[in-house]
Amino acid sequence: MTLTDRQQLSYIASQAADARLNVELETEGMTLNIGPQHPATHGTLRIIARLDGEQVVWAEPVAGYMHRGYEKLTEVRTFPQVTSLINRIDWLGSFANEVPFILAAEKLMEIEAPPRAQVIRTILFELSRIANVSLFLGDLGVQMGAITPVFLAFRDREYILNLIEGATGGRFHPNFDRIGGLKDDLPKGWIQETKGAVKKLEEFCDTIDDLLFGNEIFQSRMRGIGVIPADIAKDYGLSGANARASGIDWDLRRDQDLPLSYDLADWKVWTHPDGDSWARCWIRLQETRESCKIVGQLLDQIPAGPVMTKVPRIIKVPEGEAWVATENPLGEMGYYVVSKGDLGPFRVKIRSASFNNISIVPWALKGVYVPDIITILASLYFILGDIDR
Amino acid sequence: MAQLSDDTQTPQGDTAPAALPGDGLREGIVDTLRNDIGEALLDTLLKPNDDLWVRVSTESWLATGQALKAAGFTYFCFLSAIDWMPSPFGNSQDDPDDEPKQIDMTIKQGYTGGETRMQVFARLTDIDRHVGITVKADVADDNQVVDSWSQLFAGANWHERECHEMFGIGFNNHPDLRNMYLPGDFEGYPLKKDFPLLARMVKPWPGIVDVEPMPDFEEAADAPAAEAPAGAIEGAES
Repeated sequence: MTLTDRQQLSYIASQAADARLNVELETEGMTLNIGPQHPATHGTLRIIARLDGEQVVWAEPVAGYMHRGYEKLTEVRTFPQVTSLINRIDWLGSFANEVPFILAAEKLMEIEAPPRAQVIRTILFELSRIANVSLFLGDLGVQMGAITPVFLAFRDREYILNLIEGATGGRFHPNFDRIGGLKDDLPKGWIQETKGAVKKLEEFCDTIDDLLFGNEIFQSRMRGIGVIPADIAKDYGLSGANARASGIDWDLRRDQDLPLSYDLADWKVWTHPDGDSWARCWIRLQETRESCKIVGQLLDQIPAGPVMTKVPRIIKVPEGEAWVATENPLGEMGYYVVSKGDLGPFRVKIRSASFNNISIVPWALKGVYVPDIITILASLYFILGDIDR
Repeated sequence: MAQLSDDTQTPQGDTAPAALPGDGLREGIVDTLRNDIGEALLDTLLKPNDDLWVRVSTESWLATGQALKAAGFTYFCFLSAIDWMPSPFGNSQDDPDDEPKQIDMTIKQGYTGGETRMQVFARLTDIDRHVGITVKADVADDNQVVDSWSQLFAGANWHERECHEMFGIGFNNHPDLRNMYLPGDFEGYPLKKDFPLLARMVKPWPGIVDVEPMPDFEEAADAPAAEAPAGAIEGAES
């Protein structure tokens, strides 16, 4: 059926009238549902966004598709068994999850790991940060349609994962940290290999700096988008690179006294005054470089000695409460451990970084345009297991 | 206070960090808080070189948050609750074939004491002075409601939702106490101690074997736990 000119004109006129009416009455808008299965959500996070035209007027993340109840499960485990659970909170940097819990248990028992174990712990901690954040840097490109960086990231992260596997026996879930020290010493030749891998990761950072951060499209999609001021960031409890990108000079590696060996290395805490998506990504790039520096320096300073202090075979942790937080790849991760003198903890409150970091999404997405939803989410950087626990 | 200098404000982070906090700073914080909320500050605990705990009355929960925020604790870390009742199901670590153990059900609160089974607790950090504080408050057994901090710290919103869902504690003036994880019609509060962990009820934990005393336990406890293997001290300084 062909339309006459008159019919076509009347159709156009009616559309125009509708458009005018919509402007005057404010459109009803639409609801855009992102996820739970969307590449930008790194797993199963669902974002509900109500739109007015191209603008978000209201947005809310829906978590809980992966809630595993770790806080309940820790109450029926012994202290050494808990590490195999909490490994799986932030699965990209899993060794880093074990450290604060073990430190909290050690604090309650009033013991400290031997110096050699402390340095190796710090090295493995920073290696898991590199493994975690390098994948973030590669993934950034994918969020904007650039495929190449993610292949580079997966290729170079493999060097780090191989090292972690070489030292601990597990690629993703090392379960290597013990109350009082480490399970084993480093294998022979590991230190030399690590030095080589760290060099490769430094080259990777330079490549990403050129390829992504120097890219005009990347900059225009990131600069000035999703700005979070410092006071809002503190209000929501943003931590890690997200806080430092808002100009908050706060790094738990430097600003608290823990039995880890960060003071042996010469490194720097980067902050950025802008608070936009670009700043958050840039801080993470600089942090990966700093981590490479820390690892490189600590490898030359591993003292001799045992890797395990004297602990009883059956570990009973004395009654008390302890809070230990460390600067994990995603931000401040802490455990509030309550012990009643039993084999297992009485209550463990897991404060994970992503839970707070993603609770700012309703605030941060208000008023942004639809394509920016993805880049803001990507720059806030969350791991699903770290939100849901 | 002398520690309150503005030197810690380093937007580019290239100056040296401020000194780590001493216990004198923590004592000053307790004094400031006592000035602000007076009698409502029920108990304090200062562990030297470690941390600071305070317990306040339920009615002054919100006032405490306001006073601490005004005193510089602007960084919201977390908020949650503790159920101090011992679990009637034990720790599920015992052999199911043994006689069931008698469980002592007396409720004993932790640091800074308390009178009720449930307590809410929160942690705030002062980023400029590098010091943190753990605040606790009792939650009455017959009326499990406290004031919400969500107007004070925006981040408390989600933590209170989680706390409500897991412990059944209500928060006055909270904008939206929906469940975060569980279905809306879920019954019970999973993190309460009297909520059974059903997976353990149907199948005993295979990890039981880990906590059985080993036959040579007495000797093993006397010997050093682990020695560094001889070949593995490569790269050592000395």
